[in-house]
Amino acid sequence: MASSPFSLTQEREQKLTEILGHYPTKMAACIPMLHLCQDQNGWVSEEIIAFVAERLELPTAHVKGVVTFYTLFNQAPVGKHQVWVCRTLPCALRGSGDVLAQCEKKLGIHAGETTADGKVTLRTAECLASCGTAPMMQVDKEYHEDLTAEKVDQILTRLQA
Amino acid sequence: MIKYTNYLTTTYGQPEGWKLPAYEKLCHGYDTARKVLTTMTREAVVDEAKKANLRGRGGAGFPMGVKWSFMRPHPTKPAYLVVNADEGEPGTHKDRTIMEKNPHSVVEGCLIACYGIGAHVAYIYVRDELHLAKRRLEEAIAEARARGFVGKTPFGSSYPVEVYVHTGAGAYICGEETSMLNSLEGKRGEPRLKPPFPAQAGSFGCPTTVNNLETIAAVPTMFNLGCDAFSKMSALHDMKDGGVRLFGVNGHVKKPQIIELAVGVTIREMIYDIGGGVLGDKDVLAVIPGGSSTPILRPQETVHAPDEKNPMHPWHGKSVFDVPLGVDTMRGVGTMLGTCCVTVMAEGTDPVLAFQNLMQFYKHESCGQCTPCREGSGWLDRTLKKILAGKASMKELDDLSDIASNIMGNTICAFGEGTAMPAMGFLQKFRPELEAYVRGEKKGKDARLTVSFEASEQAAE
Repeated sequence: MASSPFSLTQEREQKLTEILGHYPTKMAACIPMLHLCQDQNGWVSEEIIAFVAERLELPTAHVKGVVTFYTLFNQAPVGKHQVWVCRTLPCALRGSGDVLAQCEKKLGIHAGETTADGKVTLRTAECLASCGTAPMMQVDKEYHEDLTAEKVDQILTRLQA
Repeated sequence: MIKYTNYLTTTYGQPEGWKLPAYEKLCHGYDTARKVLTTMTREAVVDEAKKANLRGRGGAGFPMGVKWSFMRPHPTKPAYLVVNADEGEPGTHKDRTIMEKNPHSVVEGCLIACYGIGAHVAYIYVRDELHLAKRRLEEAIAEARARGFVGKTPFGSSYPVEVYVHTGAGAYICGEETSMLNSLEGKRGEPRLKPPFPAQAGSFGCPTTVNNLETIAAVPTMFNLGCDAFSKMSALHDMKDGGVRLFGVNGHVKKPQIIELAVGVTIREMIYDIGGGVLGDKDVLAVIPGGSSTPILRPQETVHAPDEKNPMHPWHGKSVFDVPLGVDTMRGVGTMLGTCCVTVMAEGTDPVLAFQNLMQFYKHESCGQCTPCREGSGWLDRTLKKILAGKASMKELDDLSDIASNIMGNTICAFGEGTAMPAMGFLQKFRPELEAYVRGEKKGKDARLTVSFEASEQAAE
């Protein structure tokens, strides 16, 4: 078996051992393990795919198939911070179009792009289950709800700092 | 009729309401699971559960107790409970509140449900984006484990139950139960052909029950009150649509929110009493009754059920907005109850842009497995964009119905219907608005989904 250059930190290795204990098959740990790897590396590289495949005794093509199916696995490097603006109808009814336009203007990029300094990747998201507190955006692992132009400005200023 | 209740939401807004001490103080924390696991037989649990007439809260409305009764002990294979918390249906924002504000109700529900269906492991499948929800659930499980409620001998019984949180990775389709099972197993989340149904061969090829998270969270309340008493709180008890549940209202209302009520509230009450009325006191253009897959309703629509034997007869001649929100009543008016979260659109909203917004969602979220859905959802979105750009012909507008009806019934899972049904609703109910774009009387650049600025200011007051 080819050795892979990627490895998890000791803390994440322990987490992986715990996760493997939850399931009757190794394959079931595929998505949680990919999350662990992406948390460490920022995106899922070919090395990570090989690492996960080897550790879980899966064909590389299986892991690649999983990575390409789910939108939250980054298949290329992303910014230090990730911003998702929900664009689906309930948020759109409450002004998510303006939120996105404000983000694009302030960051100087379009949705789907990363700022030149590598700090922020901006994307649109489909419904994030926050329709009652719309419009909203997700920044890394946090939700920001009931957005106003002032709130959006503050959040982006913090990310750009 | 509005009947406020506060079983599940009693911990909402309380200091550390998500922790075990609050749950014990406010919700008889784990007393119900203790009683069930130590004094009832498995069969008695399922029989009792059936009396609750709890219609699955995920959208399809299948009776929970009946689903549990499909589980038969297998000679060699274990059974599993999978809790669906992949909330992502546009317009739906209820399950997240339970996970963040009353996670112990889910854990206690898992204990009772596992016992009832003969499972020893429950997986709560949470969409990855809900990081706070996952953390709260994990903390709740840890608290329950530390007290011996979850683990090898819950409440001193000899019935081990483990509860794990499993995360997705961004895919609406994983809310479909067989897709969820594939995703749980570490595969692409593509739905499976049924049969076999999950109760025969679900997760890891073993008998499995998949229940929505709100369904499971309601289980302790049901068993604490007595399932028959729980059912009778509903105005639709006689239609076997029992109990209390979370109702949501969002979109162009003054007070978007999630609230617990007895089943029986109407759309009009959701808009004006719960939602505080429409922004800017405008008229209602239309509502989506329970998530984007449920066909749209307009206020001028009335119920036509002159036959006294028709279960919809009590509402004959009334506006559809005055029909209680129930699984069968909404079917009776040509839509679905879905997830019971109402999306309100005020007069002035462009229905063609709203239609296109939703079709873009379905195009993005189609898993791509079945051709009619993969190609059809993209085709609907493309054609609508063309209509909005003023570049489509009447023939192309007519084609939309064909595309939608060719998706219906021709796919492995219900995502196809979930795309086609709302599409057909918009086509039937907003034909003149669509034609106006084709004729060049309206321009896409003028289309708006938001209501005027003055109205938004009123909302902030």
